[in-house]
Amino acid sequence: MALASPPDGADLARALRKRPFRRPGENLIVVALVLCAAVSIATTFAIIYVLFSDAIGFFREISFWHFFNPGNEWQTLFDPRSFGVWELVLGTINVTLWSMVIALPLGLAAAVYLSEYAHVQTRRFLKPLLELLAGVPTVVYAYFALTFISDDVLLPLLGGNVSFFNSLSASIMLGLMILPIIASVSEDAMASVPRDLREAAYGLGATRLEVAFRVVFPAAISGIMAAILLAIARVIGETMIVAVAAGSTPNLSLSPLESIQTMTGYMLQVALGDAARGTTDYTSLFAVGALLFLMTFVLNVGAQIVVRRFREAYE
Amino acid sequence: MSAAETTTTPATVTLQAEGSVARRQAWSRTSRWILLAATLLGLVVLVILGIDNAIVGIPSLDWDFLSNYPSRFAERAGIRSSILGSVWVLVFTVIFAIPVAVGAAVWMEEFAPQNAILTTVRLNIANLAGVPSIIYGILGLAVFVRLMELGPSILAGALTLALMILPMTVITSVEAINQVAPSIREGSLALGATRWQTVWNHVLPGAMPGILTGTILAVARAAGETAALIMIGAFTFIAFDPALSFGGLLDSFTTLPIQVYNWTIRPQPEFRANAAAGIIVLMIAVIGLNALALVVRDRLRRN
Repeated sequence: MALASPPDGADLARALRKRPFRRPGENLIVVALVLCAAVSIATTFAIIYVLFSDAIGFFREISFWHFFNPGNEWQTLFDPRSFGVWELVLGTINVTLWSMVIALPLGLAAAVYLSEYAHVQTRRFLKPLLELLAGVPTVVYAYFALTFISDDVLLPLLGGNVSFFNSLSASIMLGLMILPIIASVSEDAMASVPRDLREAAYGLGATRLEVAFRVVFPAAISGIMAAILLAIARVIGETMIVAVAAGSTPNLSLSPLESIQTMTGYMLQVALGDAARGTTDYTSLFAVGALLFLMTFVLNVGAQIVVRRFREAYE
Repeated sequence: MSAAETTTTPATVTLQAEGSVARRQAWSRTSRWILLAATLLGLVVLVILGIDNAIVGIPSLDWDFLSNYPSRFAERAGIRSSILGSVWVLVFTVIFAIPVAVGAAVWMEEFAPQNAILTTVRLNIANLAGVPSIIYGILGLAVFVRLMELGPSILAGALTLALMILPMTVITSVEAINQVAPSIREGSLALGATRWQTVWNHVLPGAMPGILTGTILAVARAAGETAALIMIGAFTFIAFDPALSFGGLLDSFTTLPIQVYNWTIRPQPEFRANAAAGIIVLMIAVIGLNALALVVRDRLRRN
């Protein structure tokens, strides 16, 4: 009796796995490898435990309703103290909004150019250069935001309309930082739009611009959505730029010209101060951290779900 | 008589479009340059910032700046302790993170059963890669500094950064291992090698360029990290060299990005030049590491 087909790689590997000959130390090695993989799971559990155990301590003193009530201020420095996190969340939304206003058009333009216009050589040269923007240490962007954008450009340009610490200078640098994420992830999505769609459009007489924006762009929209979600997650988690340039005054404002404070900015401020362990100041760090963790988690999972949907559509 | 002779003189046919078609084509031609300009804008801004920074920073950048400890006086302050701190922390970050990351990647690609556990591990690593660095700082503060009582030491800093770069190192290692051709594994197994012998002698050497590239890029990221280290309490004045001993691992430390941050937030303008000079050193290191990653990948791939 002949085999219907020769065994493929998987079958071969499976057959070999069953053979009796084994070196005894190998099981130990596999155990060690499993432990390596377990480190990542343990990290997740540790993060959740650390954040939420101290956050629970915080909520024993400050009620949930007080924390999330949009009417309450974030005032932790002097009495009467108040822990309305909405002011910090709005600060985070402020820089997210303005950095996206800057990065989204530029990032998508770069993605369209690299995917639909650029020659292969140009793309090979430009893409790593763009990626470099994401590799610049954020403390460097923080320095530029404060000394160059705010001090040398915005203040002379806008005078008294803008405060020295302002969300705009931070947002410009955040925008620069996330530009490569938007460009790169969107470009991948556009590059995987099937050629047939483009050729059909060209066949009907569409120009390159029309193919790019009316055919490829809509077809890649879920990948672009994922890019946006990842970029937002990156912005709301970024600390140094906002801590240095955006100020440290919690402020219910979406204006780019005012001084604000973000969730991460507050967390760094607590770390730099000397809040004693167990005080509300100290535990508020973990409550804000837990909220930040949840927000980035939802955004990252959202991006993964969107990407998976998008893959199913074309493969 | 052929058909050609019967036709009248043909009108000159041009492909010049007219009316709305011409307008659409003109828009399309213009769009190339608009989009290229938008693509380059970010890079242009970075170059302008770099030039401005060089003008401010280069006058302060001399041997004294590299070899002096930090100081209250801007003209005497230097980055000796922060460079040594950075190098020391990064060496131990790599020692802690890389074996674990490669081990996890080998298990996921070569040994793990294809079941829900593997899917969970994969999803978990993808999510950890998106956790903000300041959260890793809180983790380091609670676990390494407080629970394990390491204090804000080099060891605590290296462990914190190791956890931070672990997800991205695992992801690049998985990709590198994935790219080793299955035929190499099958050949080794067919000749009687065990699975671990196959991994050690064939898969890992084949994946080495990718793993090394990923490692260097992860180090570049850790080298610029500030928030996580401030979180564990590394924002301190350090005027001594880290001791080259196991006890020295428990010394407090500072790093180059922390020193740059320190000078950036000083109100006195003299420190601005120090921050700019520190940034030049930091950027040379980060760009150097990125360039090294590209070279390593090309060189090892060719061999």
